Amino acid sequence: MIGENVAAADRTRLMDMIIAAQSRLGYLSDETLSAIASEVGIAYVDVVDTASFYAFFSRAPQGRCQIRFSKTPVSLVKGAADVVRAFEKALATPLGTTSPDGITLNWTSDIGMADQEPACLINGTVFANLEPADAAGIVDEVRTMIANDALPGFPGYGNAAAFSSAKAGCASNVVLAGEVLFAPMTPGSGLRAALAMTPEEVIDEVRRSGLRGRGGAGFPTGMKWGLTRRANGEARYIICNADEGEPGTFKDRVLLVEAPGLVFEGLTIAGYALGAKIGLIYLRAEYAYLFGDLQRVLGERRRLGLLGERTGGREGFDFDIRIQLGAGAYICGEESALIESLEGKRGAPRDRPPYPTDRGYLGQPTSVNNVETLACVPRIIERGANWFSKIGTAESKGTKLMCLSGDCAKPGVYEVPFGITLNELLDLAGGADAEAVQVSGAAGECVAPKDFGRSLCYEDLSTAGSTMVFGPERDVLEIVLQFAEFFADESCGWCVPCRIGTVLLKENLEKTRHGLASREDLARLERLAGTVRKMSRCGLGQTAPNPILSTLRNFPHIYESKLIGGDDVRIDLQAALRDARALRTVSALKQDGA
Amino acid sequence: MSKPKLATCSLAGCFGCHMSLLDIDERILELVELFDLDRSPLDDKKAFDSPVEVGFVEGGCANEHNVRVLHDFRKHCKVLIAVGACAINGGVPALRNPIGLRECLETTYAGGTPDADHFVPYDADLPLLLDRVYPAHEVVRIDYFLPGCPPSADAIWEGLKELLAGRTPGLPYQLLKYD
Ligand SMILES: Cc1cc2nc3c(=O)[nH]c(=O)nc-3n(C[C@H](O)[C@H](O)[C@H](O)COP(=O)(O)O)c2cc1C
Ligand code: SF4
Ligand code: SF4
Repeated sequence: MIGENVAAADRTRLMDMIIAAQSRLGYLSDETLSAIASEVGIAYVDVVDTASFYAFFSRAPQGRCQIRFSKTPVSLVKGAADVVRAFEKALATPLGTTSPDGITLNWTSDIGMADQEPACLINGTVFANLEPADAAGIVDEVRTMIANDALPGFPGYGNAAAFSSAKAGCASNVVLAGEVLFAPMTPGSGLRAALAMTPEEVIDEVRRSGLRGRGGAGFPTGMKWGLTRRANGEARYIICNADEGEPGTFKDRVLLVEAPGLVFEGLTIAGYALGAKIGLIYLRAEYAYLFGDLQRVLGERRRLGLLGERTGGREGFDFDIRIQLGAGAYICGEESALIESLEGKRGAPRDRPPYPTDRGYLGQPTSVNNVETLACVPRIIERGANWFSKIGTAESKGTKLMCLSGDCAKPGVYEVPFGITLNELLDLAGGADAEAVQVSGAAGECVAPKDFGRSLCYEDLSTAGSTMVFGPERDVLEIVLQFAEFFADESCGWCVPCRIGTVLLKENLEKTRHGLASREDLARLERLAGTVRKMSRCGLGQTAPNPILSTLRNFPHIYESKLIGGDDVRIDLQAALRDARALRTVSALKQDGA
Repeated sequence: MSKPKLATCSLAGCFGCHMSLLDIDERILELVELFDLDRSPLDDKKAFDSPVEVGFVEGGCANEHNVRVLHDFRKHCKVLIAVGACAINGGVPALRNPIGLRECLETTYAGGTPDADHFVPYDADLPLLLDRVYPAHEVVRIDYFLPGCPPSADAIWEGLKELLAGRTPGLPYQLLKYD
């Protein structure tokens, strides 16, 4: 039994080993993976299983430098395609390939920079607000760094200071600070207040505050903690979900930059309430550049006695925090996939039940909470459930961080009370011209102006914060197509309705967008969307059709205007003949010349 | 009252489905009683001059000409039935799809590397090939599908009889069982 536990414990660090190998060697050869397998004492195929799953791991040699541009409806609206073309030109290398001096260009999914697009990651360092004119300078600098062997490894933790380019690094853009999350804090004050209570009292206080999960589902946090504490187990775990992969969201990044202490303190209080000894933060690989600073803050908190042995001066409460980096997979934001990844496996969701609160990390009771949820906790404990529950609406207490991006004058983070209407939010952000707003990310809903009066809260328009604004000149079908592509890329592939369905949805949308779909195709699109929603195994597949279904509902005229007649040809004939025309031109020249 | 009309075409097919249609033996006399043959390779009528009740489509679309014929069928036939594996899935001609048009032609005509003496033949009268072979229903709306390579004479006979009578054919399992 003991041996089993040791092996399991080793395996939990598999991600770190693979990340280290990838970073040092640039790719993961068969030899590398079998060396890791024998080191950890697990089968080679198990290592391959994990290594082949994540977008930031490569099994074939790649360039020394990886440039990844985020491809989202917002980045495209802001001109990402032109920026990519400029980099292709500067490198004389097309997207998806590697230049002779070892620079690889690729698209990637949203990197949590929607308020500063176009953006890219260069070996883990983030570059924001890119313009085509920046390409030559950045490429020159990268080349010099490669020549001097001064480039950070990859995936790498990134280092904006290593670059002289003004575009390296990112801003927090807190446009509106509210009274809960961005109010000044004294390290340790929330924890001290918590330690003055029993763990049960802490859970009860959180329950009475009405705090609900900020990660999307809105599950009552106090109830989740109560379930985890009461479940049978040998150990209990608290996990902070910092995977923030939902397109258009960046609030967790901003919290981790502006108020990391608040997040750590919330995690520590949760550890106390649950009886956990260790808190794990699952940080998406796209945010690896935050890793160093977060470690420094953790070190500072250890020095202050707010972590480690006798945490907060409490005898018997020895709590610490470890940050686990991900490797580029949206699905790892789903809590059971996240737990799998933390255990060193591929990020495929688990069957539920059992829920993580019963059998989570290493089979033990586990509470997974979003960064923002945890950041609310020290405030609630310090200022009281009554204070917190006075903010917001009947079923949605407190403030919510909204991430505004796209066609608005002041993109960034807004801390507003729950219940604010979309109109009010658009006015704050200078987005009054909006013709469509994608609320709560790709998994959310595309809202038309007739519904801008709705309230953002769990009982009306529920949101995890992502608010992408699109003006009148934008093509709604292009936006929906981007999301469809995103889901087809990010599906973990476990179940057929999602793996196949997301691709079919994308193909059908492409057909519609090119004006080649008939009324029956549209009916088929809607039926298929319903099947994917109902039959998929986890939240990814279940929400993947949302952009399609909500635009069919809220923007039917856009689809209607694209339809062809019942007797028309349904393929793009000219496109289908392009190859033959090209061949014929060549042949005609030869024949005439001969 | 005039008899309902039937039109047939063979696109990217081998004429096997038409042969199977003719394989109904003496029932062909009955068929002639049931309908008039309109545009079809069987009577060599090349164009529609009036609406037709049923269009029988053999083969998918491999070239521009196939697309134009199929579109013409869609415009003139009340009901289109895709007959056989080629019409329904692309069939044997679609084996070229995974290879790609250029590689396929250049390998066939020029050993893979065209030069001054070896190149893909060109003539203005040759219809242009499509990038891949499309099943009929990807190109136009198709109302019914009759699978088989080819479907048996009995299956075709039963199917056509029902369609011409204005009914939805529901063929018994034995007629569609191929192993
Ligand atoms: C596909 C998918 C992606 C998710 N991504 C995230 C994420 O990036 N961050 C997050 O906090 N929750 C995410 N969730 C929700 C988590 O599964 C989980 O509900 C949440 O972390 C619980 O924390 P909360 O109760 O504090 O909201 C995702 C869910 C799904 C289905
Ligand atoms: S719904 Fe999609 S992401 Fe979820 S398990 Fe199925 S394939 Fe994987
Ligand atoms: S389905 Fe079979 S018989 Fe019919 S055209 Fe195709 S290859 Fe010939």
